[in-house]
Amino acid sequence: MSNRKINMKEKYRLLTRDLDWEYSYRDYKEVFPQQEFEGIKITDWSKWEDPFRLTMDAYWKYQAEKEKKLYAILDAFSQNNSQLNVTDARYVNAIKLFLTGISPGEHQAAMGFGQVGRQLGGVGARVACQMQAIDELRHVQTQIHAMSHYNKFFDGFQDFSHMHDRVWYLSVSKSFFDDARTAGPFEYMVAIGFSFEYVLTNLLFVPFMSGAAYNGDMATVTFGFSAQSDEARHMTLGLEIIKFLLEQHPDNLPIVQRWINKWFWRGTRMLSLVAMMMDYMLPNKVMSWQEAWEVYFEEAGGSLFKDLARYGIEMPDYAQTAIAEKEHISHQVWSMFYNYGHATAFHTWMPTEKEMDWLSEKYPNTFDKYYRPRFEKWREMEAAGERFYNPTLPMLCQTCQIPMGFTDMEDPTSIFYRQSEYDGERYNFCSDGCKDIFDHEPEKYVQAWLPVHQIYQGNCGGPSMEDVLGNYYKINLGVDNMDFHGSPDEERWNIWHNLQPAEDKLKQAS
Amino acid sequence: MSKAFIALQDNEESHYIVEAIEQDNPTATVIYQPAMIRIENEGRLVINRATVEEKMGRDWEIPALHVNLITLGGNVDEDDDQFSLTWKQ
Repeated sequence: MSNRKINMKEKYRLLTRDLDWEYSYRDYKEVFPQQEFEGIKITDWSKWEDPFRLTMDAYWKYQAEKEKKLYAILDAFSQNNSQLNVTDARYVNAIKLFLTGISPGEHQAAMGFGQVGRQLGGVGARVACQMQAIDELRHVQTQIHAMSHYNKFFDGFQDFSHMHDRVWYLSVSKSFFDDARTAGPFEYMVAIGFSFEYVLTNLLFVPFMSGAAYNGDMATVTFGFSAQSDEARHMTLGLEIIKFLLEQHPDNLPIVQRWINKWFWRGTRMLSLVAMMMDYMLPNKVMSWQEAWEVYFEEAGGSLFKDLARYGIEMPDYAQTAIAEKEHISHQVWSMFYNYGHATAFHTWMPTEKEMDWLSEKYPNTFDKYYRPRFEKWREMEAAGERFYNPTLPMLCQTCQIPMGFTDMEDPTSIFYRQSEYDGERYNFCSDGCKDIFDHEPEKYVQAWLPVHQIYQGNCGGPSMEDVLGNYYKINLGVDNMDFHGSPDEERWNIWHNLQPAEDKLKQAS
Repeated sequence: MSKAFIALQDNEESHYIVEAIEQDNPTATVIYQPAMIRIENEGRLVINRATVEEKMGRDWEIPALHVNLITLGGNVDEDDDQFSLTWKQ
């Protein structure tokens, strides 16, 4: 037949091989100036093979279908006032953290893949980066659209973009992507494409989104799963980059292994925020952070690293530390945020008795022993009208920028603390993983914009709490921040649902 | 052996895909979670276009999988007739 329809493999070959050309009037190194400085050796880009073999026509067709489905659901969500159907208003605080802390990372990833795709000599890799850049842009746009509906009814959403560049806890995710985007193109691909997308994003998008569904949040589960449908393709791109680099030249192995070690640890630290969202901010529970970690890191990641062993790749350094931390991390991070609940653009609270029982059941080795007594004390203080807020500013880890509140897994009651000296100055770290990252490239990490240092240096609006939190961060004080109990969010929620705070009921009864 | 897995959004279209996977991978385990369906199998998991078409009663292309896909584990291989996930160790 002369009019034969070409098959998928052939179409992909035409897209990714036939579109390239030889550079006749410019030197190759001038066209791709960043391809060599990281020490990565590429001998033959034609060996690049994207297993999904997605062509542009199929890409647009299926992405358009995903968007139509998504926006139909978002319309239905807003038309039906579905914000009223979430389990309770505490849940919405997880979504505030998502919009301010995670969605801007999607935008950073879009810019990153745009920049990096330009630097790769192989057209197959460039096409994959282009698609991923467009995907990431779609993710940030759909997330903002979905959450703009919540912005009409709840506090704390209004200045997410302004806050992302300034607020202390948002610097954790901002600095993660800044670090990746200021690395070379291959490190970026290993950082975001492999370590983050393949090894860690399942933990963000799969169990948490399933949890959103279980808490009546149709909008979030829909944008989450719509984003994650692209993620499956991103994961295979991440895996392909690793295999490709290792098959190209044996000298690439130690460089790639070091990047995997670094970005696994950086990603794990950043995901400690998600651990807290899952264990503390979802009123209806699907699974604990520990269970999610076991399925998506230990089991799925374990299979992945066994598969990569044939190339000489090993489990990341400090994977064992991260595994030990799975029983502690969510409780420690929630404690940090509870301490600083006056300085956050979302609300914090102490779990109810029933929720504490769930945590005891899910964390039999740690919760009752290390965390429950502290939480019960805090609950007593709150009942006595002395809700605990920590009035001092925390010391931050120079690398991950999280307050130094993680403990030593050998002795879970003492804070883990490491220090390095560079150029006559001392730098502090929350972990060996973060210290190693600094020690390898101190000239990079000494430049970190640490929010607490910046406040003390007078760069954040002024000396008082109101100057920093209100004027500089643009947190509406007494509205966006402080405990959920007594917040305007809680008050409105109770009015919408004809609920009365327990206190008022008591007053009426007497 | 490691488990190859795929997770799909829990919707009408996915139900046919899951039926097809169950038929073509008799040892696979299907796990229902809120809003999603996870299917796992030791070593290898395949989706055949022909089986999905038979279950749906209409034409279906492999890339249409992307619309309902949430996540996967395993090395992907895809052509016009089959999508497979494999761990090589």
